[in-house]
Amino acid sequence: MDVVWIGRGGQGAFTAAKVLGAAYSMREGGGYALAFPSFGPERRGAPVRAFTKLSEKPVSNRCEVSRGDYAVYLDETLFPGGSAAGAPIVSSREAVEGAIAIDARGIGEGIFGSPIVNTAMLGALARVWGGVSLDDVCEGIERVMAERHWERNKEAAGAAYDAAGDSL
Amino acid sequence: MREGLRARGHIHGGGEVTRAFVSGNEALALGVRLAAPKVVCAYPITPQTTVVERLSEMVADGSLNAEFIYAESEHSAMSCAIGASAAGARAFTATSSQGLLYMAECLPYAAGGRFPIVMMNANRSVALPWNIYGDQRDSISQLDCGWIQAYAQDAQEALDLALMSYRIAERPDVSTPFMINLDGFSLTHACEAVDVPSPEQARGFLPPYEPEDAMDFGRPRNMGFSAGPEHNAFFKYREHLGILRARDAAAEAEEEFGRAFGRRYTGLVEEYMCGDADFVLITLGSVAGACRDAADRMRGEGVRAGVLRIRYMRPFPSAEIAEAVSGAEAVAVLEKDVSFGGTGTVFANVNSALYSAGARIPSSNYIGGLGGAPVSEGDACEIFRRMASGATGVRFIGMGGA
Repeated sequence: MDVVWIGRGGQGAFTAAKVLGAAYSMREGGGYALAFPSFGPERRGAPVRAFTKLSEKPVSNRCEVSRGDYAVYLDETLFPGGSAAGAPIVSSREAVEGAIAIDARGIGEGIFGSPIVNTAMLGALARVWGGVSLDDVCEGIERVMAERHWERNKEAAGAAYDAAGDSL
Repeated sequence: MREGLRARGHIHGGGEVTRAFVSGNEALALGVRLAAPKVVCAYPITPQTTVVERLSEMVADGSLNAEFIYAESEHSAMSCAIGASAAGARAFTATSSQGLLYMAECLPYAAGGRFPIVMMNANRSVALPWNIYGDQRDSISQLDCGWIQAYAQDAQEALDLALMSYRIAERPDVSTPFMINLDGFSLTHACEAVDVPSPEQARGFLPPYEPEDAMDFGRPRNMGFSAGPEHNAFFKYREHLGILRARDAAAEAEEEFGRAFGRRYTGLVEEYMCGDADFVLITLGSVAGACRDAADRMRGEGVRAGVLRIRYMRPFPSAEIAEAVSGAEAVAVLEKDVSFGGTGTVFANVNSALYSAGARIPSSNYIGGLGGAPVSEGDACEIFRRMASGATGVRFIGMGGA
């Protein structure tokens, strides 16, 4: 199961990729995960990608994937429509044709007071995919993020998890 | 403690092993902390930087009781490490690419002085063109400087090598510095779950460094001296014998490591389905994973494919390679470096090993991954197909022959 995360520098695409990897591989009896960013100059606002590869076997191939099982777009302006990098889940207030749309920005503004979307989009992915539970995601947040960020990110993931359930 | 390095414990093998989801660099830093060096001296360079950042944080928060020296250059960082080691301290440094080359003058000093320093090198391209991404031209260019060279393929091996390296380097009959190589970005910056031994377990495996011949004002002696033509070759001969003994020291360390932590390593090389293979792809570093996937796919197509991963470039596993491919129809070497005007350097070493062993197996060389270019499973499959069709010579992946 490969996930391609598409966002802008500063949105936390790689953090979301890591949290998913930890959620999947650090649980009891969990599988294997490899999470990595697209490597290159990191500029705030520039398009970036990150990847999470999940498998029952050790993930030995460390190459980027051009197309994953899911493609999570943290910014709707980066969603290319029909040529998405996987089954698309898009952060958007409005419905998006051909994709599951989640108002992650609204969730972020309500919880963080700012448009932070990455853990909300991970919550949505968890619900749509079903391969990790919300509890796993919360565990992943604790594994990867600093403690002061745990509570609100879990809340954001949970809110989007519920919202994604409504859209299924 | 920095986010990401927080780990939670579970009981394993009578000791507390924790699990952490970390990058290759962070795993290496966790391993270095367990090895408890007394001196860490380094100068930051992409993609090594997070190793130095994590270690400086560990020193600052008291979880690593070491002197942290932020050197003004790599040349100075290696000089500091040499001084620390001469004084009897376990020393660690880390670098990459241009930094390693800037250190180059000091590398034979460390080796000739028989100082068992451990250095992590984040494999990165060498300018020009300027490039921060991973290839192995930096460390491969330093094969002759007298250092042991190991290449990790994943974060767990990076962590484990940090512990094993000191045990190998410090064995009195080896007394040779040790370079741990991690592929830039694809290993240094990719995150995965690792098991982290407890400090108690680590101490049991790696006792403190207490050399008999450390600098001692109460017992003064000559160190770092000159040796003219009448003596010089004796030192060089002994140095060569010392690094050769790292083969046995690695086997011994891995045996003990397996007993202590339950993870098994296989010496200077690691075989994957080589036993009955007609075609063996020889490579090193983290690209080995894609090569193993390719071998699986080729087996599915009826081609008996195998992969031989070189774990140590020095001492060079000549006998192990010749043995592993003795039944093969052809071998190919995939490497992320080239000796311009010659061939790939790993290829040259492999050919020498095969010829010396009397193995007359057709061999070919594939140069790939330069400047961070991806080498895919498909690229590796293509190498197997070319081997099966009798291709020989040197070829740049995606370009042409040379």
